[in-house]
Amino acid sequence: MIELEGVEKTFTVWRKRGRLRRERQVVEAVAGVSFTIEAGALVGYVGPNGAGKSTTVKMLTGILVPSAGRISVAGLEPSRQRIDLARRIGVVFGQRIQLWWDLPLRESFELLRHIYRVPLERHRTNLTTFIDLLELGPFLQTPVRQLSLGQRMRGELTAAMLHDPEILFLDEPTIGLDVVAKARVREFMSTINRERGVTVLLTTHDLADIERLCSRLLILDHGRVIYDGGLEELKDLYGHERTLIVDLEEPGPPIEVDGARVARVDGPRQWLKFRREDVSAAELTAAVAAKARLIDLAIEEPDIEDIVRRIYTEGTPQSKP
Amino acid sequence: MVEAPTILRIYARLIGARIRSQVQYRLSFALNMIGTALISFLDFAAILVIFEQVDALGEWSVAEVAFLYGISSVTFAATDLAIGHIDLLPEMIRKGDFDLVLVRPLGSLFQVVASDFTLRRLGRVGQGLVILVVALTQLEIEWTAGRVGMLAVTVVAGSAIFAGVWIAFSTIAFWLVDSLEVANAFTYGGNFLASYPVNIFGAWLRRLVLFVVPLAFVAYLPSLYILDKKDELGLPRALQFASPLVAVATALAGGLLWRVAVRRYRSAGG
Repeated sequence: MIELEGVEKTFTVWRKRGRLRRERQVVEAVAGVSFTIEAGALVGYVGPNGAGKSTTVKMLTGILVPSAGRISVAGLEPSRQRIDLARRIGVVFGQRIQLWWDLPLRESFELLRHIYRVPLERHRTNLTTFIDLLELGPFLQTPVRQLSLGQRMRGELTAAMLHDPEILFLDEPTIGLDVVAKARVREFMSTINRERGVTVLLTTHDLADIERLCSRLLILDHGRVIYDGGLEELKDLYGHERTLIVDLEEPGPPIEVDGARVARVDGPRQWLKFRREDVSAAELTAAVAAKARLIDLAIEEPDIEDIVRRIYTEGTPQSKP
Repeated sequence: MVEAPTILRIYARLIGARIRSQVQYRLSFALNMIGTALISFLDFAAILVIFEQVDALGEWSVAEVAFLYGISSVTFAATDLAIGHIDLLPEMIRKGDFDLVLVRPLGSLFQVVASDFTLRRLGRVGQGLVILVVALTQLEIEWTAGRVGMLAVTVVAGSAIFAGVWIAFSTIAFWLVDSLEVANAFTYGGNFLASYPVNIFGAWLRRLVLFVVPLAFVAYLPSLYILDKKDELGLPRALQFASPLVAVATALAGGLLWRVAVRRYRSAGG
């Protein structure tokens, strides 16, 4: 459904050198990215700011022309067949407003029906489905400028889906939303992927989005894909370290036990990192209890946030020679 | 390509909402319209001031210059009404909102032009028409079918020439982010250049409006035929009928340049 082969995007920028002189500098935003996404997949696309995520999405949607490489989306070349492609994809930018500012949602949707030339019957059925799914009813007649961020995002998602796209590109759709609104947006993404078979490429900073939704994850850094695989494999590969948090009766020096190291001490509370292969949680607890009097304890499993943060800072074996 | 009736329907819907919201406040809308018309009459007053000092401008009487000015104003105002919102392009590019234009299944130029509609710009069309009509009553034109036809063709061709020139210059925004002033120099400056008899210009300005930015074809050259005037520049007579051709060429050049420029679009941010 989506194929990239050696895709690059470079920008020329002019940097000031002295009063008049400028220096030409070539910035590589995307430096040779290749991957394939099958129809019906829901793939997470993550990476730190400036990694090239948005640039990739803009090339896939026909906004930017790649500097090198080959892109095929739904069998089309995005930058050359932009209008044909636009009919077959949906795009949501979390930070931009696609709906008409002055118009009520209902009128925006009507306008989109004409722009995408959706048959009336089909439009009505879709609209009913999405009004139900995203609970748009109460604010359908409100001008977009008066909607809350969460309401607007629900409107944007509907707008992107009304013409039955095969692929949905979501660029940070949950940014700035509260917990309830986030949950609703996630539910929506999962539903359209499962029930309508829409292929979804989700760019996000919120790894909880990925954890709830995506079976596959692409991690991008400095314009290159540094991880491409399942979420569970990622955890297996990098997420061996679990954490035992103990509350001691009295503050003391870091506890020294075999198979674990103290990562942090805060008064009577200590964090011990350990690996499943080295020592079991029960053995470790017993060893700690032998050295100090325990009041309470908890075990934390590795979370995706930590893993990805580590990959950003340390890289992966794949990315290191 | 999307067929023409669909495009027109979408255009009507897009601007319909904008017009409704502008007409909603009737008084302010009426004042706005009158204000726009008044300001443009002041513009014409500048020409009358010149004629207080001289009897003719390069062999053109006040009524003849008013005729030129009228044609130029009407065509300019019509173009402004239809595609004037292309001046929003630099802002759209700077903010990265042009992204949204490119993910919709419609032509990008069309979407930029249809992104807004300012009804008060009708005031300028009115002003141009009034001056044109007054000029026509003062002139003794021998109306033949050819001249009447030429007048109609001139307005249409002139609008297309203005449109092509504006589109061409607006594309600077794809290379330079702060380009509004440059583009404005050619839109509003273009109206000015088209309103005066070309033979009063210096040599390089004459060449510019004849061969580079073909504003001489908006009003001056066809007016020579309509008013049956001797061409002080001694240009081939065929040029007086060339406006439609020049219009097609200019519009095509503008469109082509737009296509090239859009592929240079760099978007904004992350």
